[in-house]
Amino acid sequence: MFENLTARLQETFRRLRGKGKLSERDVDEALREVRIALLEADVNFKVVRDFIARVRERACGQEVMASLTPGQQVIKIVNSELTELMGGRESKIQYSPKPPTVIMLVGLQGSGKTTTAAKLANLLKRQGKHPLLVASDTRRPAAIRQLQVLGEKVGVDVVATREGDDAVRVAKQGVARAAAIGRDVVIIDTAGRLHIDDELMDELARMKGEVNPSEVLLVVDAMTGQDAVNVAGTFNERLGLSGIILTKLDGDARGGAALSARAVTGRPIKFVGVGEKVESLEPFHPDRMASRILGMGDVLSLIEKAEAAYDEAKARKLAEKIRSNEFTLEDFADQLRQMRKIGPLDEILSMIPGLGRIRGLSDLKVDEGQLKRVEAIVNSMTLEERRNPAIIDGSRRKRIARGSGTRIQDVNSVLRQFEQVRDMLRQFGGAEKAARRAMRKGAFPFVK
Amino acid sequence: MGVTGGGVGRFVKRLFTKDETKDDERSRPPSDSNALAADAGQSGPEEAKGVIARLRERLARTRDGLVGRVEALLGRKVALDDEFFEELEAILLQADVGVKATARLLRGLEARAAGARPGGGANDLINHLKEEVLEMLGPREPLRKTPSGATVIMVVGVNGTGKTTTVGKLGYRFRREGSKVILGASDTFRAAAIEQLEIWGERAGADVIRHEEGGDPGAVAYDACQAAKARRADYVILDTAGRLHTRVNLMEELKKVRRVVEREIPGAPHEVLLVLDATSGQNAIAQARTFKDAVEVTGIALTKLDGTAKGGVVLAIREELGIPVKLVGIGEGLEDLRDFDPVEFAEALFAR
Ligand SMILES: Nc1nc2c(ncn2[C@@H]2O[C@H](COP(=O)(O)OP(=O)(O)OP(=O)(O)O)[C@@H](O)[C@H]2O)c(=O)[nH]1
Ligand SMILES: [Mg+2]
Repeated sequence: MFENLTARLQETFRRLRGKGKLSERDVDEALREVRIALLEADVNFKVVRDFIARVRERACGQEVMASLTPGQQVIKIVNSELTELMGGRESKIQYSPKPPTVIMLVGLQGSGKTTTAAKLANLLKRQGKHPLLVASDTRRPAAIRQLQVLGEKVGVDVVATREGDDAVRVAKQGVARAAAIGRDVVIIDTAGRLHIDDELMDELARMKGEVNPSEVLLVVDAMTGQDAVNVAGTFNERLGLSGIILTKLDGDARGGAALSARAVTGRPIKFVGVGEKVESLEPFHPDRMASRILGMGDVLSLIEKAEAAYDEAKARKLAEKIRSNEFTLEDFADQLRQMRKIGPLDEILSMIPGLGRIRGLSDLKVDEGQLKRVEAIVNSMTLEERRNPAIIDGSRRKRIARGSGTRIQDVNSVLRQFEQVRDMLRQFGGAEKAARRAMRKGAFPFVK
Repeated sequence: MGVTGGGVGRFVKRLFTKDETKDDERSRPPSDSNALAADAGQSGPEEAKGVIARLRERLARTRDGLVGRVEALLGRKVALDDEFFEELEAILLQADVGVKATARLLRGLEARAAGARPGGGANDLINHLKEEVLEMLGPREPLRKTPSGATVIMVVGVNGTGKTTTVGKLGYRFRREGSKVILGASDTFRAAAIEQLEIWGERAGADVIRHEEGGDPGAVAYDACQAAKARRADYVILDTAGRLHTRVNLMEELKKVRRVVEREIPGAPHEVLLVLDATSGQNAIAQARTFKDAVEVTGIALTKLDGTAKGGVVLAIREELGIPVKLVGIGEGLEDLRDFDPVEFAEALFAR
């Protein structure tokens, strides 16, 4: 899946070479891949449709940033829209000014409510709260027992009656008990139910009316498909949700349901479940979720890094120098520093879409140690030497080697590499574009 | 050629290459949750009827839904153009059929559409599409039964799909047929899973073989097989702990359970049922693949079809992995288990 998308994006990036403003064609080509990615990630069809329309509107005619290709630019817009749509980092519980704060967990059968109740109790307890668990799932066989076992594990008391009892009454009793014994949070586990089951949805609505919760959290399985919008939409209509908890994210599901549920309810995703242990409840990170759904985390981080490291003015100067044959060791060192800002070369190379296609570059192994050596050597040169490497004779070489803690052979090889780069850049032709491309793609010989 | 061929050809070329936003919808900001919510609620909550009645009604509506829409298309004298195919695409994608399988299905229509009578081809195409779906699903495949000795059924799947419930329902079915049934509580991991199965055993009238929580699932399987031989049981149904297919050591544990069963009863397990939740999306393909590789899944039990999810992902699973759906779950009661009926399923797929 992931390889697929990366490969397809490479293809898209390769095709999109124009500069300037994003044309409709650029945008459509990139968005086609995005659409498929979102659908394959189980984002609801209609949510995808609306989302794509919105991105297209925003992207068309936009200036392409110098540091990016048009394809990358579109993906960047997609990612920021997606992250925005995912909402902020609101992994906080809304506490009632009048304790106890009541939290209801609701959702379909098998979504993970009972486990999540225990995890939440555990988390809040660690945050200094004094939670009480209430077993209002009186329907599923042994659900009460399950919560009791988990409650014991996390050291939180469980209020429970018998199977078949009225769920609303148990919930009320739980809240009353919390007030009586001075617990500040009540977490109510409810039975799983279908959103189209009117009778059971009414039960939840009644429960809500009786216990006046500060939070009604919908527990959604990360593996949910297209139906997530129907489920989340109906639960929200009937109960007025305050947030969403996404479970089973420790698997390899891309989790598009998160986006669907969020889009249809407008409610924040507050926590994610990442394992079966009671500690496995984590805050929600919209940015991570966005790239998980897109399935292109590495491409996105490259885009970010390229943006951060890229210096428009320098690039223009470099292009000018290449054009006039003035690429010096100083520029060479400059390039090195830029690249070090971006990160380890291996990583950079692996992140660059399409690079695999360029003259077998994908086989190259990056030698980080050598890169450091080169930097040290260039740093040990005088300004004059960097500008005019021709003057570097035997004794200068010796001095440079001593200054940089390297051997003369190392200095020799750096000088050779510099010449290679210079020649390569000349061959690139097209001055500015080539320089940009070279900078972006790390087209330097610290690879072997 | 005419309108038909050209339209479809163009569409198929552009398949998934454009977004289908209609103008009126484009002006609607996507963050407008009400728009979506209204859409989502359109099918409306159904009256509280018996689950079976509800399912039957839904299947009946099926035909109306699709035929109705096709007629609407024809009534407006709309040819087999982009709009028609986009509608089909939307239906399939929203049923969790997935991008790839949807593309394959619609591409299959291309040749047909090109040869169809202009204007009169919509119904032909729909029927053809259903045939394709049926072909993908394969024929009905009943559960296997060994002619002599105990038939062993292992029930596996990710967390919360309905394994334990399915074990209970299956046990009940076999009991009603007059068989002697043993349920094995090989989910020794999840809190109160054993108690849950015991309640189902009681309901179904089946013996439950259990150890303590935290025990060895393989040892439970062993005891269940021994008990089946000693008591001359006809069926052994093993409940196993839910596990994400990405958990390598847990998949190893499951293989071990299988090996124990193989060793104790020749020819067993006769069925390894993967329980899939109908609400699950494309990840179900990865689940099916991994479980199949690990324990040779022989069939799927598709649960929670009483909801609004269509479970369309089983099409891709059948096509890519060859695993047939054998059972469907349509509720939480003892009797809410059915043999899979491809025709009903194909009809329901196109219902709204
Ligand atoms: N509506 C509906 N609910 C179902 C169906 N099958 C199972 N369930 C419900 O789904 C929930 C989970 O079922 P279980 O049988 O406990 O699932 P499981 O796979 O054994 O769960 P774990 O052992 O925890 O992994 C329960 O509330 C069941 O009642 C079905 O066909 N329809
Ligand atoms: Mg179970």
